[in-house]
Parts: sequence; structure tokens; C-alpha cells
Amino acid sequence: MAEKKIRVLVAKPGLDGHDRGAKVVARSFRDAGFEVIYTGLRQTPDQIVAAAIQEDVDVVAMSLLSGAHGTLMPKVVQLLKEQGAGDKLVIGGGVIPDDDIPALKEAGIAAVYTPGTPTSEPIEFIKANVK
Amino acid sequence: MDLVQQVREGNRVAVARLITQAENEAPEAIAALRELYPDTGRARLIGITGPPGSGKSTLTDKLVKELRKRGKSVGVVAIDPTSPFTGGAILGDRIRMSDLALDKGVFIRSMGTRGSLGGLSKATHDAIKILDASGYEYIIIETVGVGQSEVDIVKTADTTVVVSVPGLGDDIQAIKAGIMEIGDLFVVNKADRDGAERVVNEIRYMLDLNPDKEGWHPPILKTIAAQNQGIIELVDNINEHLDYLQESGEIVNRRKERISSEINDLILKRFSQKVTEQLAREDYLEHQLDKILKKEENPFNVVDQVVDQLLNS
Repeated sequence: MAEKKIRVLVAKPGLDGHDRGAKVVARSFRDAGFEVIYTGLRQTPDQIVAAAIQEDVDVVAMSLLSGAHGTLMPKVVQLLKEQGAGDKLVIGGGVIPDDDIPALKEAGIAAVYTPGTPTSEPIEFIKANVK
Repeated sequence: MDLVQQVREGNRVAVARLITQAENEAPEAIAALRELYPDTGRARLIGITGPPGSGKSTLTDKLVKELRKRGKSVGVVAIDPTSPFTGGAILGDRIRMSDLALDKGVFIRSMGTRGSLGGLSKATHDAIKILDASGYEYIIIETVGVGQSEVDIVKTADTTVVVSVPGLGDDIQAIKAGIMEIGDLFVVNKADRDGAERVVNEIRYMLDLNPDKEGWHPPILKTIAAQNQGIIELVDNINEHLDYLQESGEIVNRRKERISSEINDLILKRFSQKVTEQLAREDYLEHQLDKILKKEENPFNVVDQVVDQLLNS
């Protein structure tokens, strides 16, 4: 059997044009040996879930700096479950106040990474949590 | 309901999962592919190749949209390079095809080369079969685009489209061996740029130098994919070529060659696995290396010994 690769979808939901962070994370994931599918900007939750399913990713990683994380991230989790893809690991990052994190975790986002986090943290988390 | 039946019924989660299993060479996948084999062979396979930055992904996006307008379902396999150092990859072709994510008649799968040198991944053939068996009428294979090693695409697709852009080197590029010999259609994309006409002429010159491709004269088309220009003509020409392959019977030859090549590759792969196992046995090679360095043994003898052992076991 060939070595299994971890596939990660790096997505930019909503009306947020800041993708430098997402690209930095995408590159660090590539250097960690993951296959990274980057969706590009201004993705709706439906588009993100459609891509996640077709690409059969292990992880959906969303980057949001616009403040809409409370709506868009849980929506993605919900759609994944409805479409038979609820076993995917969902993580998020960006400009997210600490106070908002518990609600996100409650909604099914397994980890949230705010500015200043070393890229090694999401990488280790993914390696430890992808089956 | 098992995975194979779900794939036949077009269940997208199942299709995606089976492609992953095939990529990871899971035994279940090999069994599933055997079962699905009779359901393959219906899709029209189009290969898109050309240097990085020539606009293949944008062109593919427009091609898919035009095919959708004509009522056809389309699968896309988009391949990007895997890092030989980290084993990771950025699979970024999908960015250009965002609009298509929600279209139920389109399935886009990004794949890394995972060590294959020919611009395609090993599992590309499996992904194509799975999409074919699932009912997609056209399957577009978009290669990495690394120049001469692109010849693998011709063994995989029915129709190969070679994309060029103005400004990438002089006329010698157009007559180099390999990629320019294999195209069924030639596209000069970004044709609004300086030098587009020159590239068209260079390709025409190169085609004139080649002995006639029996019966089919590769057209040279100009497109500006980003502005959706030249796309209708391109799809018409692709369909013309596919029709020509059917009507002339050439499709049979091509498919026989493809199957033959695939069998060859799979057999070589199995033997290659046996070789790796043999050499790893009890540090056999390690002992030999010390002797070789002391000139008490030479590499050619070692090769003979190993091959004998493998053939006689």
C-alpha cells in the first residue's frame, strides 16, 4: 500500500479579501507533507462543502478575518454533516476574539488558531487527529 | 449499499472516497476497480497540457462551462506537482473553477503527482475509470505542465490539446521533440499578447515539417480563455477530433495502446516492489556495498546475482 497523504482544504469563506494568512498556512502544510487544496477567495459555505466532498479531504481549514466566523464556520460544519461528510476534521483561524472560541468549538470546529500561533500547532493537531 | 454500487449511481461522496482509496492503493480499491471495469469506456477523454502559466486551468474552466451548456456532464482531474522533498503539494487548479463547485453535473478532483515523473499521477488512470463508471460523459485531464515529460498524457487521453502562450522562448522551442509531436489540437492562449501570431506560425511550421498524422490535420486555435474567447470553436474542434477517431476506427488503436501501456506499467510496478523487498532482505545490499568499495566485488555481478535470485524464486 502507498503511504496515505493527509489532504487539507484551505478555504476563505465570505467576503474577506485577506488571503496572506491562508497562503502562509497552506505553504506550511505543504512543507509538512500534506496535499493542500486552496479554494481561493469569497467562497460560500456550499462551495466549500462541495469542494471538501469532491476532494475527499481529511481536514477543512477555514481562514476568516471579516468577523463572520460565528455564522459561516458553523454553517460549513452543518452542511458537511447533512451531506454525509461529517467525519471531516474542521479547524479555523484568523481574527477571532477569544470569547467567541467556546461557541465555535461547541458548533463542531475542533480547534481555532488566532494570530501569533506558530504554524507547527495546527500541523501537529492535524497529524494527531486525522484517522 | 456498497461503494461500487454507489459509484455507479453517481453518489459523489462515494466517488471521492473510492478515488482516495485508489490513490492510497488500498486493496478494497483494487477489488472495486475490477468490478467497475465493465462500466468504463463510455467517457470522452480530453487531455490538456502545456507549460506552467499557459492558462490551462482557466481554459479548462471555460471548456467545462461550454460543455455544460451543451448538456454534457464533465469530470475534471487536475494534477499539480508533489514536492520531492516534503511529499506535500499545493493543488491550486481548483481556484480557477470556483463557479463549478456547485454544479451537480461537474466533478473536480485535484491530485498530486506523488512521485510520478511524467506529468500525471499513478492513480490518474484509476480516477478516470471511476469518473467514467460513475457516468461523466467527458473527462478532462489537466496535467502539471513540465514540458517534454508531458508525453504521458497522450497515452491517457483520446484527444490531447497542447496549450502554448506568446513570449515563452524562440522558435526552437516549437520544434523540440516530445510535446509538440503529440498534440491533436494546438491552442495559443492569451492570444491578445504580443507575439501570438508568431507562435501560431511557429507551430504551423513545425507541423509542416512532420509527416502527416494519418487523416487528421491538427488545427491551431487562438483563445483568450480569461475573456471566454475562442472557446466555442475549441469545443467544436475537440468534438470533431473525437468523432474522427470513432469514424476512422483510430479510437480502437489508441485504446489498445493505452491498455497495453497500462498493463506494462502495472507489471513493472509489481516487479519493482519485489526488487525493493529483495534488496532489503537481511541487509543483502549493505554487505555488498562494503565489498564493492574495496573492489572485492563489482556492481554488475551483484545485479546478476539479485536478478537470478528473483527469477528463480
